[in-house]
Amino acid sequence: MEFLSDLKDQVSTAYELLAAGWGVQLLWGIAWTLAVTVISMLIGAVLGSLVAAAKLSHRGGLRLIGESYTTVFRGEPELLIIYLFYYGGTQVLTGVARSTGSIGSTDILNMPSFLGGVLAVGIISGAYQAEVFRGSFLAIHRGELEAARAYGMSAWLRFRLVIMPQVLRLAVPGLGNVWQLTIKDSALISVTGVAELMLTANKAARSTHHSLLFYTLAGILYLVMTSVSTPIFDKAERYTSRSFTRPK
Amino acid sequence: MSANIAAAAKAAPSSDETPAISVKDLRKCFGDHEVLKGISLEAHKGDVISILGSSGSGKSTMLRCINLLETPDSGEVRVDGELIKMKRGRDGHQIPADIRQVERIRANLAMVFQSFNLWSHMTVLENLVAAPTHVLKRPRAECLEQAEALLKRVGIWERRNYYPPHMSGGQQQRAAIARALAMNPKVMLFDEPTSALDPELVGEVLRVMRSLAEEGRTMLVVTHEMGFARDVSSKVMFLHKGEVDSVGEPKEMFARPPTPQFKQFIANFNK
Repeated sequence: MEFLSDLKDQVSTAYELLAAGWGVQLLWGIAWTLAVTVISMLIGAVLGSLVAAAKLSHRGGLRLIGESYTTVFRGEPELLIIYLFYYGGTQVLTGVARSTGSIGSTDILNMPSFLGGVLAVGIISGAYQAEVFRGSFLAIHRGELEAARAYGMSAWLRFRLVIMPQVLRLAVPGLGNVWQLTIKDSALISVTGVAELMLTANKAARSTHHSLLFYTLAGILYLVMTSVSTPIFDKAERYTSRSFTRPK
Repeated sequence: MSANIAAAAKAAPSSDETPAISVKDLRKCFGDHEVLKGISLEAHKGDVISILGSSGSGKSTMLRCINLLETPDSGEVRVDGELIKMKRGRDGHQIPADIRQVERIRANLAMVFQSFNLWSHMTVLENLVAAPTHVLKRPRAECLEQAEALLKRVGIWERRNYYPPHMSGGQQQRAAIARALAMNPKVMLFDEPTSALDPELVGEVLRVMRSLAEEGRTMLVVTHEMGFARDVSSKVMFLHKGEVDSVGEPKEMFARPPTPQFKQFIANFNK
């Protein structure tokens, strides 16, 4: 009985804390997490397709660049990359600004935390997306590319009409995985001070001393975000692979 | 009998006319293996040339050198009198000098492949209008109209909104032939169009090809279909080990094989 009343107390405390403003803050945290993830995915998509193209290139130099990119950014801890971009970026920006005289010799030009964060997460996401795109390209039936050449299509037309639609179709399941990874990586940019879900939960836990409550809550919210995305990607996959499933 | 006379008439085009395709001394190596050892060929408007040969004789490679899917090491290819310009690449191999020219010429040489190679993410109808609208830049409405007419002609109009993987091999190949026709090509290149088909589906594809031959299309057909070569084509060319072994009028070639190699080749088929 004591346990039950204890639980009741806990729930009412949680309600009070959330109503007192932490609830709204957590919602903002979700919004920032989604913003970071979406923008990082987009940066990653651009970088990933370039890197995939480099890895598939006939030129040894380009292949080497592509290989190095995926090896480095998949092989290093995410946190290290984020520190490198944020603090390293600050150092570089400060150095450049001081030498051009735009700031004083003791001033510091900070890397904008959101920008530094999405760049770092986007670059990591790009390394994983590159692998997804490369695999998808290799899965395209060679004969279809040959037919595109044989019908007089230029490289750009072949890309637009045959390669891109098929790569996107084949990439959807893999991109679903990368999306989940990227949501999780977005939590790491809390170290740069972006008020996304992780940082907000952290702040709430510290200032209210209700660590168990806020970290559990944040955990549930992350799980909701990653699991809601699964059916969405499933649906996208069914749509894009419709030419490979029997018509009803 | 009248078909014979028509075939004979087709076999003897006027000699002063520019050939639709003219290939001179084509050579091609894959590594150390010389696949084509100086092949020459001339196809005039309305010619239907069957290219025969056992596997490894170079017949598919020759066809693929004509639209530059393979780059010949040396020799020249002319389409409607226009020479495909080549230059030396950095590694010393020949490469096309002007890729735009190659793309323009390819659009005039519609190819039909052994494994169909329809674009699997497009419906049949989209397959037929993709290249005419984007490569030839013809109005879409006009292309759609033509595409539907062509699909009716090859007998798969009711499948126009299907995706290729949902159709039988015979239907896919007929769709691929319709895709080729949609380009209004000067010459049609067939690369073993029936070799990947189940035996009971070969007939429907050959019937379409025969009707194309009868309406005077210029066709180069790499094939193992002896019946087609003998009865439909205006000329038979037999390749043996990368060289032209014999060329001639089909009935004559089959009745009196000019070389022991060709005699052996048809004997193997009649077994």
